[in-house]
Amino acid sequence: MAEQILMKGNEAVAEAAIRAGCRFFAGYPITPQNEIPEYMARKLFEVGGTFIQAESEVSAINMVYGGAGTGTRSMTSSSSPGISLKQEGISYIAGAELPALVVNMVRAGPGLGGIQPAQGDWFQATKGGGHGDYRLLVFVPASVQEAIDLVGQAFELAEHYRNPVMILGDAVLGQMMEPVVLPEPVDLAKLPQKSWATTGTGGTRKPNVVNSLYLDAELCEKHNFKLQEKYRQMTEREVRFEELNMDDAEIVLTAYGTSARVAISAMKRARSEGLKVGMIRPITAWPFPYEPFRKASERVRAFLDVEMSAGQMIEDVRLAVQDRAPIFFYNRMGGMVPTPKAVLEELHKIDHSLKRDKLGGRLGV
Amino acid sequence: MDKKVSFDEERCKGCELCIEACPKGIIHLADHFNSKGFHPAAVTDEEQAKCTTCLLCARMCPDTVIEIFRPERVAR
Amino acid sequence: MSVKVFERPKALSSVIFHYCPGCTHGIIHRLVAEAIDEFGVQGKTIGVASVGCSVLAYNYFNVDFQQAAHGRAPAVATGIKRCLPDRTVFTYQGDGDLASIGTAEIVHAAMRGENITVIFVNNAIYGMTGGQMAPTTLLGQNTTTSPGGRKPERAGRPIRMSEMLSQLEGPAYIARVSTHNAAQVARAKQAVKKAFQAQVDKKGFSMVEVLSTCPTNWGMTPNEALKWLEENMLPVYPLGEFKTEPGLPGPSAAKTTVPTREVKTD
Repeated sequence: MAEQILMKGNEAVAEAAIRAGCRFFAGYPITPQNEIPEYMARKLFEVGGTFIQAESEVSAINMVYGGAGTGTRSMTSSSSPGISLKQEGISYIAGAELPALVVNMVRAGPGLGGIQPAQGDWFQATKGGGHGDYRLLVFVPASVQEAIDLVGQAFELAEHYRNPVMILGDAVLGQMMEPVVLPEPVDLAKLPQKSWATTGTGGTRKPNVVNSLYLDAELCEKHNFKLQEKYRQMTEREVRFEELNMDDAEIVLTAYGTSARVAISAMKRARSEGLKVGMIRPITAWPFPYEPFRKASERVRAFLDVEMSAGQMIEDVRLAVQDRAPIFFYNRMGGMVPTPKAVLEELHKIDHSLKRDKLGGRLGV
Repeated sequence: MDKKVSFDEERCKGCELCIEACPKGIIHLADHFNSKGFHPAAVTDEEQAKCTTCLLCARMCPDTVIEIFRPERVAR
Repeated sequence: MSVKVFERPKALSSVIFHYCPGCTHGIIHRLVAEAIDEFGVQGKTIGVASVGCSVLAYNYFNVDFQQAAHGRAPAVATGIKRCLPDRTVFTYQGDGDLASIGTAEIVHAAMRGENITVIFVNNAIYGMTGGQMAPTTLLGQNTTTSPGGRKPERAGRPIRMSEMLSQLEGPAYIARVSTHNAAQVARAKQAVKKAFQAQVDKKGFSMVEVLSTCPTNWGMTPNEALKWLEENMLPVYPLGEFKTEPGLPGPSAAKTTVPTREVKTD
């Protein structure tokens, strides 16, 4: 049994990345993710990798483009305003079909916003962010251990699909300490060769080109169809979510990341007070787990979506649930985190209003 | 006699930089067109003899049209 | 019998350049390819194409290439070189790319002394997008976004990147050369070789700024454009070596910067 140690989220993400074979990191300081580049600056050279503090987030993501293009496992991390700056490079990395990991420890926005945790970057992460028809595989871990596990998968899947993967955390995940078990380091020598990488032809093959430019519209369309086929495969294979107490649930809580932790506490208290509350927790923000929501919507009385945003994930929940059940919403913003007590009160309110409903609790049907 | 300067006509865009560069003034644009519709640079067979293989035309050519051949000294 | 004394370098592919007739990009491509041939590094070279007329450079070189976003080529090259330090990495950038949108990237790649070679083509205009003003556009020069000529009160004065960057400690070699006649092209070739030599010798950042023409957007014949370059660009952009680290071949008359003293840390 591997040793359990106490680790801060940001440092755990960095260590997990090194163990997953990350050998190139380029970043730029921004709160609340600074422990990631700081950890990389200390540790990456020890394993033969390279850390660079870039002159900007724009430059950092383009360094990652260059590093990823050589076939080196490459990553960057930042927080909301910095991730906005990286969008150009992320679009190019997706367009050029390079594998890379981008970590976003989300803070409050818009603009400079604040440095406290928030979830206002869901749209940016899942609906595009940069220009053009591309998608990121987006993981939304709710614990430090889950973040560690997902970092490992992120590098594997980024290479499998040749597509950037994002870990969407927030200041709570980055700053809190939890007991974790770290995975064994990946043996880099055992990773498959990357025939597409620009490593120099060695005089033995035709030049490789890392590129997202297709001036011929027909070829550009073909390239886009190829990308879309990858995204279709991701929606088939990579959807991840967790269901809790769903067997007899009448009200379904949904939340991700930090707000999911709050929601789980609220659910437990609600259960002890006799409310039949279950929960669906997305682990992939994209592809979104539409199916469990659709299924649940056939039989449950209502949903309560809890977010630290003005309501972004709720649009995906609505797409899944449609008008089969009412969707209630509770949120805090600007760096404020909802309390389990407040969520519990919302659950009681919903329960009360459903009981009053003459239709037997199926509002909107 | 072997050619000293040869032009890959299909690559030529008739920009005339070689014409200006040639100290002997022997390069001209041919009357005919290449497949892209440019009059390619040319040196007549008679003018080939005047070429000193100084390379100036080739150095100025932006399209690597020109190859230069230098007569080999006959061993005594 | 005769021997071939001038031919297309092996590091160039056979694809015909898309550049306009008389555009000196073709000359500069050839010089870079000749340097790659002469150093024997074709199989271990990785080029970085930028955005502008040379966006398709990856079609023309027989080496691995990455195509970078506008201005970001030095950052991309940094990523490549840091991951593969024994490869030869060069960027090929225009003046809009390097001297405008990519100023942060070029300054900091130079500051870090990234061991890469930058070929900086300065033709004082945006070619690919149709002749807009560049930061390198001369005062009074007519472009589509400086109609009637660039006026300093509206658009400032031309930026001299070689002079600016040579103030930094990171660069090992910085030179400005020109393509306006065959003698200058021969000198340009020597500078390009010296820049690659600096990289091979692991001396740090090297850049060659090559004054170039844009006959199409300048509205001139190719030969008129060369004369215009000579008469108008040379006074603003003087040729020469601005930085030469000791140990590089050739005359090292140019100044070197004084290294900063390291502070002690516990």
